[in-house]
Amino acid sequence: MLWIAIRMLTGDKQKFYGLLFGIAFSTLLITQQLTIFVNLIERGASGVFNSPEAEIWVMDPVSRTTEVRYEMPSTALDEVRSVQGVEWAVPHLRGTAAVRTDQGDLEFVEIIGVDDATLIGLPKNMVEEDKSVLSQVDTVIIDDVGITNLFEEGENPIGQRLELNDQRAVIRGIADSIPSFTSQVVLYTKYSQALNYVPGTRNRLSFVLAGVSEGETPAQVADRIEEQTGLKAETRDQIAQAGVDFIIENTGIPVNFGITVALGFVVGVAIVGLTFSLFIRDNIKQFGALKAIGVTNSSIVKMVATQATLVGFVGYAFGIVGTVIFIWGFSGNPTFKGFYIPWQIPFVSAVAVVVILAITGYLGLRSVLRTEPAAVFR
Amino acid sequence: MDTSAFGGCAPSSAICARGIVRDFQAGQSTIRVLHGIDTDIKSGEMTYVVGESGSGKTTLISIMCGILWPTEGEVKVFGTDIYALSDTELVNFRLENIGFIFQQYNLIPSIDAAANAAVPLIAKGMAIEPARQKAIELLDALNIGDQAQKLPNQLSGGQQQRVAIARALVHEPRLVVCDEPTAALDARSGRRVMDLLRDVAVAPDRACIIVTHDNRIFDLADRILVLEDGRVTHDGTEMPEDH
Repeated sequence: MLWIAIRMLTGDKQKFYGLLFGIAFSTLLITQQLTIFVNLIERGASGVFNSPEAEIWVMDPVSRTTEVRYEMPSTALDEVRSVQGVEWAVPHLRGTAAVRTDQGDLEFVEIIGVDDATLIGLPKNMVEEDKSVLSQVDTVIIDDVGITNLFEEGENPIGQRLELNDQRAVIRGIADSIPSFTSQVVLYTKYSQALNYVPGTRNRLSFVLAGVSEGETPAQVADRIEEQTGLKAETRDQIAQAGVDFIIENTGIPVNFGITVALGFVVGVAIVGLTFSLFIRDNIKQFGALKAIGVTNSSIVKMVATQATLVGFVGYAFGIVGTVIFIWGFSGNPTFKGFYIPWQIPFVSAVAVVVILAITGYLGLRSVLRTEPAAVFR
Repeated sequence: MDTSAFGGCAPSSAICARGIVRDFQAGQSTIRVLHGIDTDIKSGEMTYVVGESGSGKTTLISIMCGILWPTEGEVKVFGTDIYALSDTELVNFRLENIGFIFQQYNLIPSIDAAANAAVPLIAKGMAIEPARQKAIELLDALNIGDQAQKLPNQLSGGQQQRVAIARALVHEPRLVVCDEPTAALDARSGRRVMDLLRDVAVAPDRACIIVTHDNRIFDLADRILVLEDGRVTHDGTEMPEDH
């Protein structure tokens, strides 16, 4: 009977494609919007992801994220180094500066000062040149996405001179980094050089990045740093989460994306519900005839469940493939750089599809089960 | 099985109905459609149930073939008190023993004629291909074997009727129930279908009940039951003269 159920469904091509479209569209909308949402808010932690060596971030107690910070006196570095369990600790400066480009444009950039000796604080990979170029005078390394904001397409940024707060800077490398939430241009330079580029007060140290000794956990050492120095110390995961939370709490993004996801669900229920109920209504005589002939209600339930499962599975697959194509298609666009689909998102979409089909399948089944076999004689 | 409760059904009765009453609710009021009908349907006969619209003939055969519960009364089909069965047992009983031919055929539009005719076998758990083969043999016997691969909407009304007949007979039921089998056919096609039904659906161990008000085919009946206002007013081999 399941074969008959599938043929009944696929035989009515208009409704079958309508059902597939409804499920695929819902899946696409939910998966794609959630993917963009998750990737966008994760950019609140891009500063952390771009400094992969740091296991602990130490900051002033009022600092909240890599972007919302309050500078510390330089003595904080030595205080952290003196804590037991700290294997190494390096200074990290984050600030903003105005850049005047060759075209005369003004652009505000983020300056990141990394440790002079170890270069800890730089992204893991370079797109062009080597990290060692930072040893040259007045050198900055630009992030790959930032290039599109500062330079015309096809223009080579290597060797370009910039005026950074009235200081000379020469781009000598391109880093492969995750863009920030605002996609602001990021320039990496040595800590000592960054102090020249970023005007400021007496206290200039934004963070101390630290690694832990063997046998210690970052959480334990962070607690110890807080106890001994009075500073705030967070593990990599904690400060990354703080960056994400900051965006969730301080922007309308979750609400906007939430509305779109809810709309995807509602549209799915509406399209699939309407089409499925039309399909059931058009076949109610056939279902009635089957019941009269001797097909049990449990077989009818299995038939409708099979139809719903087939539509759900194929429609869901189309929706997921559509999302993958979308993400892949836009992967060359700097806005979408590094976007990925966490496994939880297809899972959430699958649950939404199951709920949509459960609601519409139940409504359809109800009318089939209510149909008396004797109705076929009327 | 004890038959005394049924007012002495004859052993040759395919269907033995006693005291059949059926009420329908219409808003606040109750309408009695059947008023205590007692009748037997014999094997080896083609029995017509005839009457005006609203006389209760469709309700009567629905009750006699186990798809509509009577308000009162009892029905025995081939010795089985069908309304004493559980729901599942009754469904299985219908699948094993009864073949249906509906007025509007109710073929499944998206499967071909062979698969439509094979539905009862598939419902009984037979694999698709053997079921289709058996259905095609029957369609051959009904002279539409060459149409077996066609969808219902590619067939004429008469051909669809034959597919419906094949579906009613493919699982070799002992009772065949037809609802207005000639209503959608012209006189010639109607007679052909009835001849066909007589050939394939009437046998010594098989009964055939036909609900109709098509007076063009009354002469083909072995027995005619006339219903008026929910009562049997005539039971004979021919139509009464006043009809």
